[in-house]
Amino acid sequence: MCSLEKRGRLFILKLTGDGEHRLNPTLLDSIRSTINKIRSDQSSSQSVLITTSDGKFFSNGYDLALAETNPSLSVLMDVKLRSLVADLISLPMPTIAAVTGHASAAGCILAMSHDYVLMRSDRGFLYMSELNIELKVPAWFMAVIRAKIGSPAARRDVMLTAAKVTAEKGVEMGIVDSAYGSAAETVEAAVRLGEEIVMRGGDGHVYGKMRETLFREVLVHTIGFDETGSSGVRNTGSKL
Amino acid sequence: MCTLEKRGDLFLLTLTGDGEHRFHPDTIATILSLLDQAKSQSKRGSVLITTGHSKFFSNGFDLAWAQTAGSKTGAANRLHQMVESFKPVVAALLDLPMPTIAALNGHAAAAGLILALSHDYVFMRKDRGVLYMSEVDIGLSMPEYFSALVRAKIGTSAARRELLLSGKKIRGEEAVGLGIVDTAAYDSAEGVVEATVRLGEKLAAKKWSGEVYASIRKSLYPELCGILGVEARVFATPKL
Repeated sequence: MCSLEKRGRLFILKLTGDGEHRLNPTLLDSIRSTINKIRSDQSSSQSVLITTSDGKFFSNGYDLALAETNPSLSVLMDVKLRSLVADLISLPMPTIAAVTGHASAAGCILAMSHDYVLMRSDRGFLYMSELNIELKVPAWFMAVIRAKIGSPAARRDVMLTAAKVTAEKGVEMGIVDSAYGSAAETVEAAVRLGEEIVMRGGDGHVYGKMRETLFREVLVHTIGFDETGSSGVRNTGSKL
Repeated sequence: MCTLEKRGDLFLLTLTGDGEHRFHPDTIATILSLLDQAKSQSKRGSVLITTGHSKFFSNGFDLAWAQTAGSKTGAANRLHQMVESFKPVVAALLDLPMPTIAALNGHAAAAGLILALSHDYVFMRKDRGVLYMSEVDIGLSMPEYFSALVRAKIGTSAARRELLLSGKKIRGEEAVGLGIVDTAAYDSAEGVVEATVRLGEKLAAKKWSGEVYASIRKSLYPELCGILGVEARVFATPKL
């Protein structure tokens, strides 16, 4: 399902096994409980999360075959992914997606919900497939797309041509931060980046709060976030 | 003043004649009725291409007609009438169940540029024709839906400033650089139209569901849809 490794100050969450890592309720629960474990770890406010996967797929999206057998599971998967994305946005540490395989639809949204997206360039693509498979795009997916893809033309290409975006194209479009020759190199680069970030220091709790304000629109769409709620930031003194 | 032809899968909407293709209430009504026709005849693989004859794509509203009202209030009322009646044209294009491409044969100014930008793709000439939001120069206020469209389609604040605040006549190459048009690689009106036909045929070959396409398009521009009163529709089960 989902494994957790601690490497120095880095948490590496991996979607395990050779399958498509479809975001069914079980996998979503597994990922969320892993994120909770990370969040409650003592070192969490000086750490970095790296999310990656085994095999050909990062994630091929929701488990649509499952939803076909039981339509209420569609709603359940959507609710669980919303909560997961909200968790990632509020997580008190920077997050890196090391995209080592295809990320489609909900799987693409999961990858994009990280602060940094590093991707392999030899294989695999980001793919918002909904236009091709005639699947409704939830409004909250569009909030993530708007938050993470700045160019209107890039958004149009992603959503209205169902483009299969390779790492290099992703870098051009401003969706992917950097591209690497292989899966192993992508993970190594994520680890390097994670270590650099950890060296800079800083308080993960402040970082998490900042990220929440940056992606407020996404939080509003996922969990109906209200900014007037209590802040909980203890240290607001400037470091200048 | 305006014709609709069918060329295989492609609908070709043409602003005819040698003039400035100014939008008079009658022109607006005709365009609206032709868009309605295209919508009612649409099927999987339909695509709309809009172009014009001669030197102008369109030079905007028929301000001369507004002036012949005989009084300042009369002129203001006529202008208001054109602004209000043009809203449904933008809404119809947002809602059109097929990809849309504007093939700019020549100058596009004010409401004429708004018509162009209401399409999914905008192709322009390299050698001739400018984009010009004249409002700042002629002291005309910008309707809210004009600004919302510019915000929806043009991503950088520098580009929005150049377009709306500088009174600049923007030529092809610069328009591409600013992200206002997709391409300006052709040295003739025929060249632009041929290129849009090629793109149109590529898009038509995908045989996308028009309803799905329109729904995703509208979800890209929620602010604009809100202002125009365009509803997003929910649609049925996915192809797995």
